Amino acid sequence: MKRRAWPLLSILAFGYAFLYVPILLLILYSFNESRLVTVWSGFSVKWYGELFRNQQLLDAAWLSVRIAAVNATVAVVLGTLAANALVRHGRFRGRAGFELLLTAPLVMPDVIIGLSLLLLFVALQQSIGWPDGRGFTTIAIAHITFSTAYVAVVVRARLGQMDAALEEAAMDLGARPLGVYLQITLPLIAPALLSGWLLAFTLSLDDLVIASFVSGPGATTLPMMVYSSVRMGVSPQINALATLIVAIVTLAVVIAGISLRRRPGR
Amino acid sequence: MGIVSSQYARISRRLSRLLNIGLPYLWLGLFFLLPVLIVLQISLAEPTLAQPPYTALWEWVDDGLLQIQINLGNFILIGADSIYLAAFLNSLWVAFICTLICLLLGYPMAYAIATAPERWRALLLMLIILPFWTSFLIRVYAWMGILNANGLLNNFLLWIGLINEPLQILHTQTAVYIGVVYSYLPFMILPLYANLTRLDLTLLEAAADLGCRPIRAFVKITLPLSMAGIIAGSMLVFIPVVGEFVIPDLLGGPGSLMVGKLLWTEFFSNQDWPLASALAILLLALLVVPFVLMQRLQQNIDGSRL
Repeated sequence: MKRRAWPLLSILAFGYAFLYVPILLLILYSFNESRLVTVWSGFSVKWYGELFRNQQLLDAAWLSVRIAAVNATVAVVLGTLAANALVRHGRFRGRAGFELLLTAPLVMPDVIIGLSLLLLFVALQQSIGWPDGRGFTTIAIAHITFSTAYVAVVVRARLGQMDAALEEAAMDLGARPLGVYLQITLPLIAPALLSGWLLAFTLSLDDLVIASFVSGPGATTLPMMVYSSVRMGVSPQINALATLIVAIVTLAVVIAGISLRRRPGR
Repeated sequence: MGIVSSQYARISRRLSRLLNIGLPYLWLGLFFLLPVLIVLQISLAEPTLAQPPYTALWEWVDDGLLQIQINLGNFILIGADSIYLAAFLNSLWVAFICTLICLLLGYPMAYAIATAPERWRALLLMLIILPFWTSFLIRVYAWMGILNANGLLNNFLLWIGLINEPLQILHTQTAVYIGVVYSYLPFMILPLYANLTRLDLTLLEAAADLGCRPIRAFVKITLPLSMAGIIAGSMLVFIPVVGEFVIPDLLGGPGSLMVGKLLWTEFFSNQDWPLASALAILLLALLVVPFVLMQRLQQNIDGSRL
């Protein structure tokens, strides 16, 4: 291993540089005074000021955060139920179809999910009058649909690794199945629920394509806003926004990492 | 007493079954499976100037007769116009090339992380996942500023004197390759890493003890044993990239047309919902084979783990 380490390590270094240099450049140029993103003319935080005065963008961000929170919460419930079904209920009838429905959203191209859900919403509105118009609710439903699949993957892995002896002991001592699930199982899989929630939250916050299809007039999410501004070309305000997102995500991941590591028995 | 509690257990097990299996099934059936069937239906309709802009597939004519009108015109149009075929072929080509590059770059990285000292592994892995948590759109956007004609890469190459005039990279196929590999690399590395850490290293030691050269041991042992990870990672990259929209839209140009972008244009610019649906159905049909491959592999792994 030692002798062959050098070429391997250089590929590793190249890979990390490839992943991180674009992000670092984005951060660097968010502090550039010039509007021309490629010319460095001095340090400035004025783009952050402009960002916080951009009411449209702030509204879009607030809408996105609310959708993401609703999405993550519902997806954690549905995804956990699905993971329970896969790990606890063995070979039930229709399992193959169940697994198919849980795997397909992970790889299905966004344009298909978006288009198909829009057509569903239009057909439903025509036949039963719901949903009345598109916006918050339709975007949230669309996001829950694919987020559930991601949450199920995360929770399923954790449930699969869990030591069944603790639950069996509680059962032997006369605890009821629901009680065992709430008091033993849920606390044990809590880290997976947390990462599932965070994953669903970021997936929702990040989605442009599906939201563009199922959104209606008046409901512009943050990625839709960023996209329409980015299409016009590179803009320093978007650089500032990107820096804030990277900072928040890094902070959240570091905090989550530390708090999970502190937990005993992990 | 025993009978009561066993009855209770049976009821609660049935309830939990209903909840755990039924609820996600219902949701995904309603909001994932049904929509795909509706796309199929509308792909067989004709566009009209109405709200919604497609004709009904079936109609009750008088006497309670059901009249079904199926229109294959959308599919015929797609077959006849070479731009659609070109877009499909180019999507497959881009997905193939990028999957290959991701594999060639991702495999050594996953291998290096998997064989790194234990205390480094968590950090190295987190650094792979971290970009995945930041906005996809913004990471693609970052490359717009780098690949621009007066962007950072061109300025750098001019400055070191490698080129005399700026290269046109943005809005070409090359930019699409770079953007896709950049965005999807973590999807390749993670399943490979998961696979390689489960690898039984004593097999490699045994091979070395028996005088096997490292390269040969890699080809004969490590590579075949990590085939599941290779296929899983490749499918996680290949399938979504075929239908990718954001990257060809922001980084690609007229010479790098892809299906996802075409579908978007038909839908949003041309308002042709039936044609967009037909494109979606063809895209779906194209992806069924790699998807089934991935699904069966996954079940094999689960089966062997049980």
